[in-house]
Amino acid sequence: MGTFQIDFGEDRQSKIVGIDLGTTNSLIAVMDLTGPRILEDAQGRKIVPSIVSSLPDGRLVAGETARELLLTNPERTVYSVKRLMGRGVNDVGDELKLFPFRIASDSESVIKLQLGSRTYTPPEISAAVLRQLKDNAEAALGEPVSQAVITVPAYFNDAQRQATKDAGRLAGLEVLRLVNEPTAASLAYGLDKRKEGVIAVYDFGGGTFDISILRLHDGIFEVLATNGDTHLGGDDIDNLLLRIAIEDIGSDGGPSIADDPEGVQRLRRAVIAAKEELSFAPETKISLDYKGTEYQRIIDRPLFERLIAPIVERTLEPCRACLADAKLTPEDINEVVMVGGSTRIPLVRTAVERLFKAKPHTELNPDEVVALGAAVQAGILSGEVQDQLLLDVTPLSLGIETMGGVVSKLIHRNSTIPASATESFTTAVDGQRNVLIHVLQGERELVKDCRSLARFDLKDIDPVPAGFARIEVRFLIDANGILNVTARDARTGKEQSVEVKPSYGLSEEQVEAMIQESFDRAEEDLRERQMREARVEADTILLATEKAQKNEAWQSLTPAEREAIEKAKQDVQAVYNGSDYRLLNEKIEALNHATQSLAENMMNSAVRGALKGTKID
Amino acid sequence: MSSSSRNFYEFFGFDRKLDLDESALQKRFYELSREWHPDRFSRKGPDESARAMENTAIINDGYRTLRDPVKRAEYLLTEEGFPIGEQRSKDVPPELLEEVFELNMALEEMRSGDESARPQLEEAREKFVSMRGEIDGQLKALFARYDASESESETAKQALHEVRGALNKRRYVENLIRDVERALNPAISPAQTVEDRL
Repeated sequence: MGTFQIDFGEDRQSKIVGIDLGTTNSLIAVMDLTGPRILEDAQGRKIVPSIVSSLPDGRLVAGETARELLLTNPERTVYSVKRLMGRGVNDVGDELKLFPFRIASDSESVIKLQLGSRTYTPPEISAAVLRQLKDNAEAALGEPVSQAVITVPAYFNDAQRQATKDAGRLAGLEVLRLVNEPTAASLAYGLDKRKEGVIAVYDFGGGTFDISILRLHDGIFEVLATNGDTHLGGDDIDNLLLRIAIEDIGSDGGPSIADDPEGVQRLRRAVIAAKEELSFAPETKISLDYKGTEYQRIIDRPLFERLIAPIVERTLEPCRACLADAKLTPEDINEVVMVGGSTRIPLVRTAVERLFKAKPHTELNPDEVVALGAAVQAGILSGEVQDQLLLDVTPLSLGIETMGGVVSKLIHRNSTIPASATESFTTAVDGQRNVLIHVLQGERELVKDCRSLARFDLKDIDPVPAGFARIEVRFLIDANGILNVTARDARTGKEQSVEVKPSYGLSEEQVEAMIQESFDRAEEDLRERQMREARVEADTILLATEKAQKNEAWQSLTPAEREAIEKAKQDVQAVYNGSDYRLLNEKIEALNHATQSLAENMMNSAVRGALKGTKID
Repeated sequence: MSSSSRNFYEFFGFDRKLDLDESALQKRFYELSREWHPDRFSRKGPDESARAMENTAIINDGYRTLRDPVKRAEYLLTEEGFPIGEQRSKDVPPELLEEVFELNMALEEMRSGDESARPQLEEAREKFVSMRGEIDGQLKALFARYDASESESETAKQALHEVRGALNKRRYVENLIRDVERALNPAISPAQTVEDRL
């Protein structure tokens, strides 16, 4: 039966959602008439843990389900995958020591993780989290969701941003904008308060740290400078406590827990619980009772603070650099906004207060404020929010490799984006057809100290004498902080073809292939589901037929009729375990047809039976 | 950098002056951003979105250039056919020859761990910073002279010529200050040094 569809025409546009794709937790929000609002799942939960597990049939599940599987199936489950986004195998040596990432052997410029029998790239894993969020939002809104704003750490480089965008596409979302997390938080913070002045957003999350300084003026949120560390977060505190607990257990002479993945995950949960408790209790206990290992350790706040002080200190250096870049002193900062779960730690608050000489704002829920801000940005894009505008910056300088392995800066860090620079290139040899441009990100002067972003190959240059060609190359960082390169032959004015070879991350073709594969898988999933439904129907009719064969009505059929039914029954059974649901449905229909007169006879005898007052089965 | 096709002054609606009112520039920057930012065009067609991005890039590049007196002067010089060129920091201004020679020796000592050069470097830093201040004063006067002259006139050309000379010297002094600061505080990575502007 068809359902009723109302067409609202051009006026009715689907919602753009705002997503906080966090290291530890993710949230999805939307703009309402009253303001931004977090969307909950069917159980009323706002937070979707950024944990993904691979089921035996190869499907990925994310969120709460995966969080449970992390304990029972740690080998097939990953968390904190955001730390691997846009990075190569050589980058993640330190990470590998601390996280149970299982890198597949065929990883090159893109890391592949082994989960069960399959390998997945970080964008594919993140896409599973995004898909879960999308499903939750669609259920909550009662309409399909296809466009999103996704937040990223302000200090994410080009490859990390591109990887996030790829994850969105893999999840079936058009990513209209990547927004920096602290900037998004400032939107949520400044929205209803009509704030003016200079604010600092200190964003200390599960795996990343960002500091941004903004000027708020008449609805314009202008980022003056940003800094950070994309590998510094609450995870580091967890790992520190975990290492101590593992050592403790080892030194007690009992069996080491380090080689038992489930044990490690249980212990990890215990230390996280202890860490969280220490934000409001003066002391707590790390306790684990697992397979005969009974571990308890009292940890008080002074000890905890002594342990984590170096980690907290690491956040202060980017803050000072950010102030210097904004050409401001702590006295110039009117307010400090705290974002991210790790800002619940009292020592973090004290350190921030001491540095900025201002009491930090903690009235916002640090877990939700980024997603709420993403929803505000979604509202700006859809036109629902009219008077606010975000002017963000690029966190890292962009340059090209020149002679002697030196980087020549083209766009400096903290430039408002979109930002562009044009540079002319020529040929060194007569008739040269190609020029290769190596683009890097970073603040250092030598190529080896910067982050390789991509190589751009200017192809099919008109063959002219050396030095005669003049190719104008335009480097444009778009509003997402992602680089676009176009080139033009200045002599002929015609567009010059450019081939992009990203140093890290997936090529366009790889992303397309993955999307295609997910379509294929979706089709496969659909076929699988229809097959199952057909089998259920077959079970019903086979059972009914077998029952009928014991009924007296069976005897009233002609031998030919009985034979036809028997044949149709066998036909259904023959294709029952196949994979063609259409064929099975056909056979079910045939059996249905063959048993029609039997059913009628049964009906008649039932009526007769009823009239006689006998009970029929 | 070829910017002639999208002149920043024209885009912002300002006269081609070397002296600009920074608050008026900021106000204009906000106005133009509200008009053209890609966020306002995300549900428009691809052509309009692309144009919004192009214009916003010009607005941002232009604001970054015009709000900084040194970059602004360099930009206007290039526009007026006085390119700064590549040779800008190679030639030592003659009046600094002797000092630079001594400074380089002190820098070598400091870099090789000889702390006795520190007072000399600190003194040099102070001197160059004040020299930069003097150049900034000269630039301010030259800006006023150029702005008061008729465009294309000999006076205007002479002023631009002198602006170029002052900018080259300033850049040279700026690099010296940076070198001295790096030698004094090797812990500060390039990412954290602030490029001092006028």
